[in-house]
Amino acid sequence: MHVTGAQALVRSLERQGVDIVFGLPGGAILPAYDPLRSSSLRHVLVRHEQGAGHAAEGYAWATGRVGVCMATSGPGATNLVTALADAYMDSVPVVAITGQVPTRMIGTDAFQESDITGITSPVTKHNELVTDPARIPAAIAEAFHVASTGRPGPVLVDLPKDVLQATTTWSWPPELDLPGYRVPGPPDPALIARAARMLHAARRPVLYVGGGVVKADAHEALRELAEAAQAPVVTTLMARGAFPDSHPLALGMPGMHGTYAAVAALQEADLIVALGARFDDRVTGKLAAFAPKAKVVHADIDPAEIGKNRVPDVAIIGNLRTVLPDLAIAVRELAGRSGPPGTGEWLATTAGWRRSYPLRYTQRPDGPLKPQHVVERLSAMTGGEAIIVAGVGQHQMHAAQHYTFTRPRSWINSGGLGTMGFAVPAAMGAQIGRPGELVVAIDGDGCFQMTAQELATCAIEGLPIKVMIFNNGFLGMVRQWQELFYEERYSEVHLGTAIPDYVKLAEAYGCAGLRCESPADVDTVLEKALASTDVPVVVDFRTHDAEGVFPMVPAGAANDDIVLGPEFTAAEQEAAARKEVIVP
Amino acid sequence: MSTHTLSVLVENKPGVLAHVAGLFSRRAFNITSLSVGPTADERVSRMTIVVDGASTPVDQVHKQLEKLVRVLKVVELEADAAVERELALIKVHVHPALRARLLDTAAAFRATVVDLDPRTIVLEAVCSPGRLDALLAALEPHGTCELVRTGLIAIGRGAGTITDDDPARAPGAARQEEQVLLGR
Repeated sequence: MHVTGAQALVRSLERQGVDIVFGLPGGAILPAYDPLRSSSLRHVLVRHEQGAGHAAEGYAWATGRVGVCMATSGPGATNLVTALADAYMDSVPVVAITGQVPTRMIGTDAFQESDITGITSPVTKHNELVTDPARIPAAIAEAFHVASTGRPGPVLVDLPKDVLQATTTWSWPPELDLPGYRVPGPPDPALIARAARMLHAARRPVLYVGGGVVKADAHEALRELAEAAQAPVVTTLMARGAFPDSHPLALGMPGMHGTYAAVAALQEADLIVALGARFDDRVTGKLAAFAPKAKVVHADIDPAEIGKNRVPDVAIIGNLRTVLPDLAIAVRELAGRSGPPGTGEWLATTAGWRRSYPLRYTQRPDGPLKPQHVVERLSAMTGGEAIIVAGVGQHQMHAAQHYTFTRPRSWINSGGLGTMGFAVPAAMGAQIGRPGELVVAIDGDGCFQMTAQELATCAIEGLPIKVMIFNNGFLGMVRQWQELFYEERYSEVHLGTAIPDYVKLAEAYGCAGLRCESPADVDTVLEKALASTDVPVVVDFRTHDAEGVFPMVPAGAANDDIVLGPEFTAAEQEAAARKEVIVP
Repeated sequence: MSTHTLSVLVENKPGVLAHVAGLFSRRAFNITSLSVGPTADERVSRMTIVVDGASTPVDQVHKQLEKLVRVLKVVELEADAAVERELALIKVHVHPALRARLLDTAAAFRATVVDLDPRTIVLEAVCSPGRLDALLAALEPHGTCELVRTGLIAIGRGAGTITDDDPARAPGAARQEEQVLLGR
């Protein structure tokens, strides 16, 4: 059967099970937009291609499926680059389709030409410039396979205009031509057994849980493992929600702005079981001083993560979907045979740390509005059941710290790349992927202004996302670093709270706009915002500009030098440095 | 300097060299030399990459290369289990008084004269890595005016080949396999 390359593209996406494409057309990709009209695909017309990329990411985070974005050549394609780099750092399965100038013009500096496969090669798992229309179905099928298997990641397929216009024959399914692509097989049972013995024998174990657990949908097995091993659990920024925060074994988030209990537990552990985590610098602090007493079991789907930062004692390469259940069963059997794990004293210590050094802030009824208070009220009012999407900065950390997560895929953020402007478009993608659910973007005023144009898309597409702007008039995290490390010399961080008027801006975009300036109004405003189901809502929370994020391990410092912050006394800080429990 | 020689089979497709080179620059890996050419199978090209183990984590290089979709196989060749050669073309000044000595030096290294000019000669030398450095040092007094080197190529000794399925038989591969399993 004869079709155009463009028809082959659209059919391939249909056969691949794609239901949604985020994109924006232009010259070189025009042929693809014609058959799109009559296809089963829903196309969401974004206002900026970066929005399409982050929306595809948000969709993928929220659903576990591959997110798809589409753009034209040149600037359309380069506008996707930030989102692709973001997806690459956070292992988000995304397929990007880009138009390209006709093959005969490639290399001539043609209008809207850019070498997008060259540009994105360091930030994609794979990419391909397709020069033969007959290869389109295979290129698309390969892109989805590579994006979604193994360690997930973004794949870009670049399609020259003449390739889209040419006639070719259609057949499906195509044969995948990926002789060099390998996905790890089942984990080695001997290594599972060894890890289980170490975990069962450990006196101070910690399960260090990363985003891989969420991607493998292995949260249930994680819970079984934690309970069988009676081991406390820390969930990284990428893994918030993988283990319920209300669970007695949960210590919260580790790292630069992690809880004291999570940071101290890793430092004092005799065994760390790293599950789909990569010993990121924001978690380890000064690497040489990280968890000095711990042996390490490292389970990951990507062999290249093994030994990259910390050399493990046991490495298990495999999909956590299998590794975690196997490990849980092995530990349970050991416990059944040779008695329960001896972690009682350790659990008393970690629980003592939790009580002694909680996340602390003070919200005075008549004082400035604290961002932590807004997150806590949101958490309480949504029962921890909302899908929270964050940008990057103080608001992101406050959200990750203070929202009580109950389930996986309810926390979406830019972890590795730290992309300001992620929240609004990612929330849009998440809302499309999970239409009946409450999607709340927690954003900073700096972040919000980078991608706010997608409010128009949300309003027109009927996506009732809630955007909570923590408007402190500053690039808050940068301000905090200038306060702490540049002797309060605030350089180019003041944005001002009044311009733009976020309520008017929301209304101009067809959204509802609300403002909250006082702690007393938080509940009322949140109730009103959460009740809206027809239009997107933007809330301008005027939050305290001098509020910092604590605890904090300064960049490059050892985790042992964690700073509890101004809410703790000098005596408490000293006790914390000695790892003492002061509230038994 | 502890150098490591990686033999890399890649798909013979556009952009593959850029992917490999890009990986090295992105991850701040240092390449001492890289040579690439076709193999007996026209769909496959072979790269020989020499990296400096002192400045570059060779295990990471190996694993990151394997992650590239167009890379088919990566094998580290141990120096004592492989034949390693490099071709160099060397243009040297000829001082009439030193001409005989120059030709003696060339002969001692089995370098052949491939171009003659009243003022210069071009030598072709095929050497193992240390030997080429020695030849260049020996030519130094004459004045080397231009040098082209292909970069190292290498092949495992014995009956095993790089395309053997059994990793134990592929030269140098067993050690790597063990590294992956033990993570070190």
